[in-house]
Amino acid sequence: MDYVLAALVGCFVALGVYLLLSRSVIRMLLGMTILGNGVNLLIFTAGRLTREIAPIVPPGLEQPDGPIANPLPQALILTAIVIGFAMFSFLLVLAFRAYQSLDADNTDTMRVAEPVDEPNPPLSY
Amino acid sequence: MVELPPAMIETMTSAADWVVVLPLVLCLMGAAATLMLRRSGALTFVFTLLILVAVIACEVTLLLRVLDSGPLSMTMGKWLPPFGISFAADIFGAGFALTAAVVTLIVLVHAQGERGAEDGRDGFHSMVLLLLAGVTGSFLTGDLFNLYVWFEVMLIASFGLLVLGGRPAQLDGAVKYGFINFLATTFFLLALGLLYGLLGTLNMADIMRVAPAANPAAMAGVAALLLLAFGMKAAAFPVNAWLPASYHTPPAVVSALFGGLLTKVGIYAMLRALVVLLPASRDLLEPVLVVIAVATLLIAPLGAIAETNLRRALGFFVIGGVGSVLVGIALPSLAGVSGAGLYVFHAILTMTAFYLVAGLVERRTGQTDTRRMGGLYATTAPVSILFFVLVLATAGVPPFLGFWPKLLLLQAGLGEGSWLGGLVAIALLVNAVLTLIAGSRLWAHIFWRAAPEGAVVPPVAGGAWLRVGTTGALVAIVVAVGLWPNGMFEALRLGAPDLLDPSRYVTAIGLAGGTP
Repeated sequence: MDYVLAALVGCFVALGVYLLLSRSVIRMLLGMTILGNGVNLLIFTAGRLTREIAPIVPPGLEQPDGPIANPLPQALILTAIVIGFAMFSFLLVLAFRAYQSLDADNTDTMRVAEPVDEPNPPLSY
Repeated sequence: MVELPPAMIETMTSAADWVVVLPLVLCLMGAAATLMLRRSGALTFVFTLLILVAVIACEVTLLLRVLDSGPLSMTMGKWLPPFGISFAADIFGAGFALTAAVVTLIVLVHAQGERGAEDGRDGFHSMVLLLLAGVTGSFLTGDLFNLYVWFEVMLIASFGLLVLGGRPAQLDGAVKYGFINFLATTFFLLALGLLYGLLGTLNMADIMRVAPAANPAAMAGVAALLLLAFGMKAAAFPVNAWLPASYHTPPAVVSALFGGLLTKVGIYAMLRALVVLLPASRDLLEPVLVVIAVATLLIAPLGAIAETNLRRALGFFVIGGVGSVLVGIALPSLAGVSGAGLYVFHAILTMTAFYLVAGLVERRTGQTDTRRMGGLYATTAPVSILFFVLVLATAGVPPFLGFWPKLLLLQAGLGEGSWLGGLVAIALLVNAVLTLIAGSRLWAHIFWRAAPEGAVVPPVAGGAWLRVGTTGALVAIVVAVGLWPNGMFEALRLGAPDLLDPSRYVTAIGLAGGTP
């Protein structure tokens, strides 16, 4: 099961990087989300996978009876999902506003902050 | 039946130890309160000022305690350290947090001279406090996942500040800044997932104990990912293009905060992660670090020479400073880490002051491009002096603050005794000369040559004395600390060994000799 998930993480990251390399801001945004989900899945896998066993120490014992999933990475993922979603929402609104006021969804044509046709710097000292 | 150690902290944290988290609590509560007060005009500003003064008071107390008795820690929620989230302040962390708060205070007062009285409604004050919370948290935390959370706090606050006003250039800059920084924190999270899988802990002190036993190849991979993530945050060489593309778009006060604080947090996190937490993996990456440091040192001032937009040129100076700190990470002798720490301190103060002066210049001329400026010496001699002092401080000319860290880093390079060290030392010297050329060229264009034909000088708005005064105060700090560096060196003598031998830090968190 771990290997399947590891392969899936690889697919997610590859897909995320592929989409991030495109010029369209919306595709980059989707790439960011998929990459973030791949990373979350990686942390989930790192915390050991067990089925149908609650991570609870039975009464009377000092440690769990048999292997259980580590609940800490799952708590970490919860934090990461919340933060990732907030960032995604912000970037989505930002991309929309940029599309409205710059009329550009393509990073190549988005050159207000860095104009392309600037003359050369002065040669005088 | 095995005898297990107690799982909970039984004693109450003493009231004095609360200074470790109090700055953060104040910033976060203050941010929430200023959001509610945002329609109250000048009251918002006064309230934010009071919060910042309280934060500075806490951090001075904290720094004095740490100087007196070594690193100080506090663990949340009664859980024992590897399980509970720890905050820990050593001299570097406490010192940088204090510097960041002082700089924020000065920028805030400066901003009051720049913004109208009715401008408080946009949430500027809340976001500045949140930004400071993120920066302070990153400097003081003792847990890597917590560091990730503070990075994101800092990031979302900086997004808000960057787009405040919503001019098209700002949106353009924010898209680039937003994507690359979000990507950097995602890489950081990826490294954290792998690190947790390998070591089973994210507490910094615990990582120092268990990392040597882990698989060195896997740890090197994690260290490389951390290097990439923090390198993106800090704008080190191959991933530096986002900084000059975005830092010049927001108002000058926001640029000043960004230029002073954000990249320094990234590079300090790299110093902690590679030099303190994973020294064995850092040794494997040393050639890469040397190449990155040399390339950053050389390319940054060349970019500044080629740039005609004033604040974009300053962005390249910020990148050059990151290169200097990278030298300390690449050659972590005692002199190296001392120089790196001191350079972070210097860069926080100097770069903030530089952006503030750039804001003054842009306001006086109404231009952002140095080709359309000129003759400013005749109208504003004090600003020209401030600018020139900062050029010298950035390049590292002796009486100023920038000289001392560069001296330590040069010692580290020459003391290495290998050709790598010599290469780094040469790169540092070339960087200083090129920075001086770039800076004095900017100065000559803006202040010295005659004003261009038909230049329209905009009327100076009110609050000019406040703006020049606050900038002057910050430059005075840079000059004073450079002229009397003894206190700084004393703090370094006490603090720098903690980075190379973290036993005091581990003891402070309460993990020395305990069962894992």
